[in-house]
Order: sequence, then C-alpha cells, then structure tokens
Amino acid sequence: MAHPTPDPNDDGGSVYDGLLEHHEVAGDDSQWAFGTDFEDPLAGMDTTVPDDVDAAELATYCLLLGDDALVLSQRLAEWSSNAPDLEEDIALSNIALDLLGQARLLLARAAAADPAVVPALPEGSPAPVEDALAFFRDAADFRCTRFVEGPNGDFAQTIARLLLFATVRLAAFERLGDHADPVLAAIAAKGVKELTYHRDFAGRWFLTLAQGTEESRRRLLAGLAQVWPLYPELAEAYDVGPEVDVVLDQVFAVSGVERPEAGRRVGGEHHTEALSRLLAEMQSVARAHPLGVW
Amino acid sequence: MSTALEVAASVTDPELPMLTLADLGVLREVREDADGVVVTITPTYSGCPAMATMRDDLVHRLADAGYAARVEVSLTPAWSSDDITAHGRAALREHGLSVPGPAPQGPVTLNLLPTRRALTCPRCGSAEVSLTSEFGPTACKALYRCIDCLEPFEHIKEI
Repeated sequence: MAHPTPDPNDDGGSVYDGLLEHHEVAGDDSQWAFGTDFEDPLAGMDTTVPDDVDAAELATYCLLLGDDALVLSQRLAEWSSNAPDLEEDIALSNIALDLLGQARLLLARAAAADPAVVPALPEGSPAPVEDALAFFRDAADFRCTRFVEGPNGDFAQTIARLLLFATVRLAAFERLGDHADPVLAAIAAKGVKELTYHRDFAGRWFLTLAQGTEESRRRLLAGLAQVWPLYPELAEAYDVGPEVDVVLDQVFAVSGVERPEAGRRVGGEHHTEALSRLLAEMQSVARAHPLGVW
Repeated sequence: MSTALEVAASVTDPELPMLTLADLGVLREVREDADGVVVTITPTYSGCPAMATMRDDLVHRLADAGYAARVEVSLTPAWSSDDITAHGRAALREHGLSVPGPAPQGPVTLNLLPTRRALTCPRCGSAEVSLTSEFGPTACKALYRCIDCLEPFEHIKEI
C-alpha cells in the first residue's frame, strides 16, 4: 500500500509523520519496532536432512527437546515479578528467555525436517511454523516430559527442578554437538554455553538453601522430594548416564543432602493435567486471534 | 557510494548502541547474489530478542544506501564473547561497561562458588567490586557493584 508521506508542516500533519518516512520502500516495515512480519530463526541455513538421518525421528526428537524448553520456559516466566528478590527475578527470566530461544530453534528445526508435524492453520494465518507448533497443538501432541509440566512450587522446589533439568540437558547437549544433523548439532553447541550458566545458578542456590537456615533446608528437601519421582523419565528421555550422576552427587555432597533413592520410572505415558492448564493460558491469545498480526 | 559491507558494518547494536554489529562480532558475512545483498548474522544468545531489530536495522540502512538486502542466520560457530573486537572493547569501556575476559575453553565444569573475575570498576578503576547477579538486564550481562564508589555496573559475560 502506498500512501503519500504527509508533511508535518501542513495543517493536519503530526509529529508522528516521520515514522512513515520509509514507507515508499517496498517491503520495508522497519519503522515498526519489530517489523510487521515474522522472521525464520533458521533463515538461510541448509535444513536438508542428511541421508543417514531419519527425518521423522529427527523431528520427533527436536520436538521433545523443544517442547521441554518451551514448557519450562513458560513455568520459569511465572516467576517474573514474583521471585524472592529482584536479582532472582531477573535471573529466572533470563533463563526462561534462553530456553525460549532454544525452543524456537528446535521447533523450527522439527518443522523443516518433517513438515507433517506442523498443525494446519486457518488460511491466511501469518503464524510461522514454530508458532504453529507452540500455540496450535493440543496437550496430547506435545512431546515434553512430565518432569517440566508441574507447577513451580516455591523457590526451593523451582531450584531443585532447574538443577536436575539443566544438568541432564547440558550433558545431552554436549553429546548432541556431534549429532549427524548439523542444524541440531549447532543448536546444541550454542545451548551448552547457556545451560552452563543455568546449572551453576541452580547448583549455587541448591547449596545455599541446603546450608542456609533450618527453614530453607526443609523447603529444599521437600522440593527435591516433590520433583524426584519424575526425574527418571527426564533422564531416560535424554538418554544420559553416569556423567550426570557424577555432577549431581557432587552437588548433593557439598550441600550435605542425601541423594534420594533411585526412583522407578512412574508408569503412564500421558501428560499431566498441569500441562493442559499451562497451555490453556499460554495459547489463549494466539488461538483467539489465529489471523492476528502484531 | 558506500559498499554494502561498509553500510552493514556501521549498523549498531540495538541494546549496546556504542557497538557496531561488526564490533560485537555478530556480523558474519556480507555478499551479493542475483537478488541483491545477503547479510549473515549470528545471535549472541539463542533467545536474544534483539535479532529482529538487528535484521530490520540492516535491511533499513541498506535500503537507504540503495541496496535490496535480506538477512540470514548462521549458528556455527556459536557466538563467543571473544568475538568482540578490540575496537568494540574500547567502546564498551568508554561507556562504563565492563568487558569480558577470555571465554571458557575445554570441558564444561560445575562451579558452585561465586564466579570470580578480576575486574575493575569502569568508573573509578577500583578492583574492589562485588558480583550482584550473574544475570542482568539483557542476556549477555552480569550485574556488579563497586565497593569503593558504590556505583553499580554491567559486565558482559564470558561465553
């Protein structure tokens, strides 16, 4: 659409007219803070699936890794303005942002590997594939582990879950840096740097709470007991082994916390009710306005 | 007329306007193909929300200079704080930010003690500083406080 640029000196001109200065450049929406279209987070990358990689399996695996990051990111973001102090508020929001970025790349990778995983959207929807996956799938189609689904609990429980999650995911991502799919390998190699900060953050708070006051220790142990039953599901999904136990045992030892008994994987393949409630909130705006542009 | 590379290299970071994208080390390549100029950038962190603005600023500035440009993404190798140029480090320091030391190399280790960095306050030069938080107002920064002049300051993290 071409509009003549109004002259601010004319009657009826306004100080905002300068915003339209570049309107005559076709497709240049840069006067809007974030543009008016979406960008592909993998723009220009070769997303051809290598011959020795099964495209559907790769997509499923990227959905697991992407959905886990997306759901835990949403949970951690619930701490915004609610954390015990401003620094922890900012830290948890930063960690949520890193995980959201990982989720976006991984969901885009899944969609490029196997377009069949992307839900159909109404004609004319501007949502890119990673948004279609995040906002237009029902809970049953999510691949995340139940470990990330439950409510945060208090700060101590959030720290216990984050320590286990970051430790497992970091170990898996270090290994995935050598994956046969170069796109997944690149996403993982980048994620390692971020997860290193997440694990250190959670480990330090775990130690601080364990060795803090009687009350902080009581809460930490209660939080750990709360998240531990679903830990085997996480470890199994990421296929990690003793390298993770070495790290966790180190944190437990320094913190004077006994490692909980090796749990058996809790039966059932379904998601928890908590996931449906989380998605209902996260997806409501996108689903109410499937053709929305912002 | 400026070359496309000169124009792209002069675009500044939306969060750190004292730095060009080239100084920050996120500008990876500028090339021309049949459809115009292709600029390749890399994100500092996976979730860096400034990527969209960087892309728009590049397209905008190149359009002003007469180039039709599109922006592509590269993730390999992952961005490192070591990619910030000497010129960029000087600009950061001049604007009161603390510059990153060498990025960690080799195997990832667990670190349960507060991060120790040999930093000086960018305002008064004191070495008596304390870490407030490993996470700051943007993904790439940690927060510090100077014990001598009591001013808070931001440190670009090593990754």
